[in-house]
Amino acid sequence: MDFRRQIARNKRDSWFLMALVVVVLLILGFVIGFAYWGDYFGGLGLLGVFGVAAIVWSLVGYYAGSGMALAVSGAKEVTHDQEPQLWNIVEEMSVAAGQPMPRVFVIESDAANAFATGRDPRHSAIAVTRGLMARLNREEMQGVVSHEMSHIRNYDIRFATLLGIMVGLIALIADFFLRWGFFFGGGRGRSSGSGGNAAQGIVFIIAIVLAILAPLFAYMVKFAYSRKREYLADASGVELTRNPVGLAGALEKIAADPVPLKTGNRATNHLYISSPEKKHHKAGLFDTHPPIEERIARLRAMAYQGPGEVPAAGEAG
Amino acid sequence: MIAGIIIGVVVVVLIMVFIGLYNSLVKRRNAVDNSWSQIDVQLKRRHDLIPNLVESVKDYMSYEQETLAKVTEARASAVTAGAKGPEAAAAAENALTESLRSLFAVMENYPDLKASQNVLSLQEELTATENKISFSRQFYNDSVLTYNNKIQTVPSNIIAGMFNFTKREYFEAPDAEREAPKVDLR
Repeated sequence: MDFRRQIARNKRDSWFLMALVVVVLLILGFVIGFAYWGDYFGGLGLLGVFGVAAIVWSLVGYYAGSGMALAVSGAKEVTHDQEPQLWNIVEEMSVAAGQPMPRVFVIESDAANAFATGRDPRHSAIAVTRGLMARLNREEMQGVVSHEMSHIRNYDIRFATLLGIMVGLIALIADFFLRWGFFFGGGRGRSSGSGGNAAQGIVFIIAIVLAILAPLFAYMVKFAYSRKREYLADASGVELTRNPVGLAGALEKIAADPVPLKTGNRATNHLYISSPEKKHHKAGLFDTHPPIEERIARLRAMAYQGPGEVPAAGEAG
Repeated sequence: MIAGIIIGVVVVVLIMVFIGLYNSLVKRRNAVDNSWSQIDVQLKRRHDLIPNLVESVKDYMSYEQETLAKVTEARASAVTAGAKGPEAAAAAENALTESLRSLFAVMENYPDLKASQNVLSLQEELTATENKISFSRQFYNDSVLTYNNKIQTVPSNIIAGMFNFTKREYFEAPDAEREAPKVDLR
């Protein structure tokens, strides 16, 4: 019953995230408004504007987040007739998990990767790249889909999709103010030597602060999206297929594949089964994914055999 | 007075616990019924697919009439066994799985079949259906396990006894399938 706790946790975290973003934007709205107009009316005015925008954006993120994540990845929906095998595998896993059938998407890319998104199992989607379909056999694809189906059942998809949309928003605002601030700040410096408007100077400073904060928020995404979720999805995927070798084999092929996925970005990286960036380094604090070698080792341990380590018939016992 | 309140509270708490246990038993039983109907859907789909497959391979496999006849026979008895309850259905369906497996094995000897797009896509559909049968059986057995545990353990066994919640049968897999239940033709 471990996944029931995970479901409760993901639902709670999703609410917390939406509330946090609304509060952060309220504060930001007040500070920027106060700095620009120099009085409380300005502050409260912009607070209201930001507040409404934040609530609207939370709702958009909740209801349309998965559509956005699929759109920025360039995923196209497929039917059973277009991709019978992939579609069948997804249906097999939804039967094994006792969950409704998710929509099935294909990303036309040579990279080998996959992700799941949505707000609950009834509104969910699984997307895989063309490169993954070309490289994996049926058993391995089943492993990958079982991993994604576990993310759907555990409601990881709700939290992960919201995280991408919400934090993507903060990065967007930061970028906007950075450009805006430089535009006015820089323009003033050249055109008039009068020392400039104090308020615009403050905006300029806020823009710089935001520029520093934006990457921090991006790190926060990675940090909040605990790597435990990946291990749990691997393990509960195996619970569905009862076959750890399939997923382990798939992860080995994904790890060996050097092609990065171009459509991955700051807001969606953490959704994928393996980091789309393909950077190889030691496990870091801010990685979205645990080292793939460690995941493979854990799966192989479940199967009690390593590649090429199958004991000979007479050896055991 | 105080004793009255205490007795009242205890009675209310007991009634709440009773309702909670009863409702969770009903939910578990419904889950078992629902997962059984899922197996049924997949078994029916397999019954529908088999005549198509037999039809499209029989011209290529004129020397394998016996294998094909076995599949057709096994299908017919599986269709009728469906109404006789989980245990009978399981036996007939497992026989059908076996006969299909030997059909797939001899199909390997006919390279012409591998070239036929129609046969290939039928084979994929049957593979997927076989897998869905075994996965829905797995899900059914898991829900039977949870349900049976519930009606046999204290305290829910008391309520199960009062309201006639009876033990359910597992959908047993044949011995050969316990090791590797998935069909992989690729």
